[in-house]
Amino acid sequence: MLLSMNWISDFVDLSGLDKLELISKFSLSTAEVENEIFFKGSDIFGIVCAEIKSVEEHPESKKLHLLKVDAGDGALTDVVCGAPNVRVGMKTAFAKVGAQIGEITITPRALAGYTSNGMCCSERELGISEDNSGIMDLDTSIAVGTDLKTVFDIDDIVFEVDNKSLTNRPDLWGHYGIAREFAALAGRELKPLATADLSVYESMEKVDLKIEDPLCYRYSCIRFEGITRHESPVNVKIRLHYCGMRALNFLADLTNYMMLEMGQPMHAFDSRKVEAIRVKRFDKPFTFTTLDGVDRACDENTLMICNGDTPVAIAGIMGGLDSEIVADTSSLTLESATFDAASIRKSTVRLAHRTDASNRYEKSLDPEMTDVAVARFVKLLCDMDSCAVVTSALTDEYAKRYDKVDLSFDKAFVDKYTGIEIDNETIVKTLTSLGFGVKLEGDKFEVSVPSWRATKDVTIKADIIEEITRIYGYDNFDIHTAVAPLYPVRAQMEKSDEDRIKDILVKRFSLHELHSYVWAYYDEYKALGIEIEDNVELVNATNPNIKTIRSSIVPTQLCQVKVNTSFGTDFGVFEVGRVVNGFREDGMCDEHKMLTVTLYSKTKSMEALYFELRDMLAVVTDDLKHESLSFVKGTASHSYEHPKNLNEIYCAGKKLGKMGIVNTAVSKNIDKKANIVFAEIDVALFAEIANRSISYEAPSRFPEIEIDLSFISETYRPIADAIAAENCALIKKVSVVDTYTDESGKSITVRLLFSHPERTLTKEEVLEVVNSVSATLEGQNIKLKNGVQM
Amino acid sequence: MSTKTAEVRESFLAALALVTTADELERLRVEYIGKKGLVTELLKEMKSIPNEEKKAFGQAVNVLKGEVSDKLAEKKEEIVRLELERELNSMPEFDVSVPADLSRGSYHPITLVQRQCEDIFKSMGFTVEDYSEIVTDYECFESLNIPKNHPARDMQDTYYLENGQLLKSQTSAAQNAIYKKYKDALINEGKPIKAIFPGRCFRNEATDACHENTFFQMEGVMVDKNISISNLIFFMKTMLSEVFQKDIKVRLRPGFFPFVEPGFELDISCLICGGEGCPSCKHSGWLELCPCGMIHPEVLKAGGIDPDEYTGFAFGLGLTRLVMMKYGIKDIRDLNSGSLKTLTQFTDDK
Repeated sequence: MLLSMNWISDFVDLSGLDKLELISKFSLSTAEVENEIFFKGSDIFGIVCAEIKSVEEHPESKKLHLLKVDAGDGALTDVVCGAPNVRVGMKTAFAKVGAQIGEITITPRALAGYTSNGMCCSERELGISEDNSGIMDLDTSIAVGTDLKTVFDIDDIVFEVDNKSLTNRPDLWGHYGIAREFAALAGRELKPLATADLSVYESMEKVDLKIEDPLCYRYSCIRFEGITRHESPVNVKIRLHYCGMRALNFLADLTNYMMLEMGQPMHAFDSRKVEAIRVKRFDKPFTFTTLDGVDRACDENTLMICNGDTPVAIAGIMGGLDSEIVADTSSLTLESATFDAASIRKSTVRLAHRTDASNRYEKSLDPEMTDVAVARFVKLLCDMDSCAVVTSALTDEYAKRYDKVDLSFDKAFVDKYTGIEIDNETIVKTLTSLGFGVKLEGDKFEVSVPSWRATKDVTIKADIIEEITRIYGYDNFDIHTAVAPLYPVRAQMEKSDEDRIKDILVKRFSLHELHSYVWAYYDEYKALGIEIEDNVELVNATNPNIKTIRSSIVPTQLCQVKVNTSFGTDFGVFEVGRVVNGFREDGMCDEHKMLTVTLYSKTKSMEALYFELRDMLAVVTDDLKHESLSFVKGTASHSYEHPKNLNEIYCAGKKLGKMGIVNTAVSKNIDKKANIVFAEIDVALFAEIANRSISYEAPSRFPEIEIDLSFISETYRPIADAIAAENCALIKKVSVVDTYTDESGKSITVRLLFSHPERTLTKEEVLEVVNSVSATLEGQNIKLKNGVQM
Repeated sequence: MSTKTAEVRESFLAALALVTTADELERLRVEYIGKKGLVTELLKEMKSIPNEEKKAFGQAVNVLKGEVSDKLAEKKEEIVRLELERELNSMPEFDVSVPADLSRGSYHPITLVQRQCEDIFKSMGFTVEDYSEIVTDYECFESLNIPKNHPARDMQDTYYLENGQLLKSQTSAAQNAIYKKYKDALINEGKPIKAIFPGRCFRNEATDACHENTFFQMEGVMVDKNISISNLIFFMKTMLSEVFQKDIKVRLRPGFFPFVEPGFELDISCLICGGEGCPSCKHSGWLELCPCGMIHPEVLKAGGIDPDEYTGFAFGLGLTRLVMMKYGIKDIRDLNSGSLKTLTQFTDDK
């Protein structure tokens, strides 16, 4: 919203104060002011009132005229002018030689063979309105030679407030409310609005008016006629223009002027079209043509202003084409009303049509303002057009009042909330300047909230704190730390596990952390041949490519791997992110936080890569939990999973996730020459695993015995089980030192390390254990090869 | 000295001069003073020496033996020295001007900046909370004093799911749960609630270089008996000065957010120009960074905390924005692109 400092100054005397400093104070205390401040008129000078003394046609141009004008210099000046509306005796705006209009300095200039010693100006040329239809036609009472800046408010400081920062302040949608803030900030008095005394019309007939719908809170109207003025006074046009509104005609301009001044939208109807005003909704949808000529689909939720049963305006949004003021309109009906804010807002959304009026209504305007606005309008109307007469009594139906808001609190409350000392006198002064009623007894405040702040904005004590502190100025706050008792802060296990997992993967295994989106990427999945599985869906995504929430990060990561195939021959990526596995029993989404790792290699064998991944997970688990992982063969259930080597990952009896290799049908679309493996682990389940404490054992001072055993076996599992079954405290370490395949099949060489803490072991006791292991395995037809190697 | 001993001495010295290695030296030692060495053998000739010369001969052989031992030790020392010298000289000079191999892992830049922020708050006794990404309408709106039809709901375009849940549009969605989690400790044990909760947020909007539908925020709250606006400004200024590692000027402007009252927009002095005005701050000298405010009494109430007894502040920091500012990332979409060319640059940053 654009604001004029001149307009604000109508209501508060800011003389002697630095306006820019005030504007910056306003920005810090009330609402955000955009950076650019406009110094209107600063590039305009030397424009005077001049009278056209003679007009001659230019001999060679149909458009140009040769004028002699009196600019008050004691001699006539020759001017060449192209405006169509020149006439003898006309007074107009004249830029003398040496005058400045924007970037142009006026100099004597040859135009089609004649010299023009100055320029007659249109309003647009002076930057004071959009009107460029001809040169200004000034009031003849203005003396020739008068600097127009002394007659019109051309000089002004205009600034723009971010509308978003006004959403909660219905009172700031007009200059009067803004002036109240400036008055409070400057410590100056806010002047009362000059209004007409409407009681003199009390005896006149009222308008036939009925509010038939609770969505209309208040409707005030009055009728008048005898308007003779068609064009607004220059100063009105300047203000509208500076505030970003186009001047149309006197009446329309005046309703707009009122809206910009008081924040109250108004509408003028042709009285013949609103003989019986009814405010209501209709049962059925219908089409309504607004005054901009657009057919709009209204429905049973759209509040309408009607003449009897005929709609004449969409309440709070826009008038109808049929009831618009036309050439033969003699009697006018002025509407000043308030409507339910949410209803207006919803209607604007349904109609996809927002107006300056609806923007204000949806902020919850103060209904106390409607009759005051009528009185102000009548005052301005009669001041500007002496022929205008009021022809009805003020007709006012007040259907719904807001509750009066009274709040009480004491000084201690203010002290506690602010943390600084603001004295009672300052509090009273601040609140009073903003229009609050304040009673102070001892340290106890009784505050009544003014109607323009009581529609939704100020409802609780904390709101009063804001009023006090924003005017006090946050820059003036003495700031200090909080005093609070000390307690140890324990890290959340899941969070600290997540951090440590990332550290290990990055620092030890050189993986790269990625982020991605929580939904399936339809196009990318399709390109890789990954099936999009049914899962929870978004209902209102504007992008059709992102409908389904993902149930695994693996396919997401495969899409990212595809993007990076040119990055290097080998890389690994991971993400700790969310997935959803459908709905839980209670209907809520079953959300899980998953660690997902993908390794990509063009140099390593699939098996080597797979074991690299397995060992990463094992290191993570051993580091964080001092636990080991175990694996159970799983079944591929997703299009990207290879049927072989899919293993479920277990730890401490919990199934944490799985690891596998990427199905060739998918991996060939990523890179035919690369091996790709993946793993996913539920971070919350992982965090639940207790961290097994380190059990320290002093190293034995006695010699250890190392024994290698080679078994002919396809898998290590039975060997591990057989060794574990011995439950032998002397076995300190078991490792696989070799696997090889020869004519007798696959052999696995296991190395057992024996030691005793207090004595030297005998060969016999060690062999007893070894023989027992061999016998167990023999029973499973797993044979010892080459005997026992000690 | 007898001729014999003189001969042995001469031949030893001649042989010693030719020795260059430890092995040769050892062989020479055995040849002269070993059990059957030439010097040792000389003593065997004692019996053929006349008695009156025996003493002198014996002395001469012993002197010779002593001399041979000394010379051998001397020579050994020299050989060791020479061998070390040879070894030292044979070591090639390496070309350290070739570029270092820096291949290693990387963190997502969000993780780096998030950790920096977490560390600051942890050092001030805040807990770091984690929260789900899918939340209920109650968590994201109702409990935050944003009832249905409130205009504030228009301010954020939310992704809704088919079961009525939604992708959280703000980290504030965790506030209610955090109040409920810690309120008993606050009320019964007097432990202030001090928590930060970083997390991913979602807005249903078209993406471009400046707009993302998926981004990170970090919310923080502190609730206790006497938490004030003064405390809020202090914590914000301290935290941001720590984040940017320099004394940051902050200013507060009124801002409207339904879950705080009073609510503020917090600006910091422009990091590029220091407040002089430059294109980055649109010549204002200030950057809008972080909405904050005193927690609305209704929000505390919904969390089971009596607003007459307790007050608190809350703030929301745009982590993604902070990351972009800190590293000069121009296109917000780079962060979720998964592009290793972009992301591998963020190896660590503490």
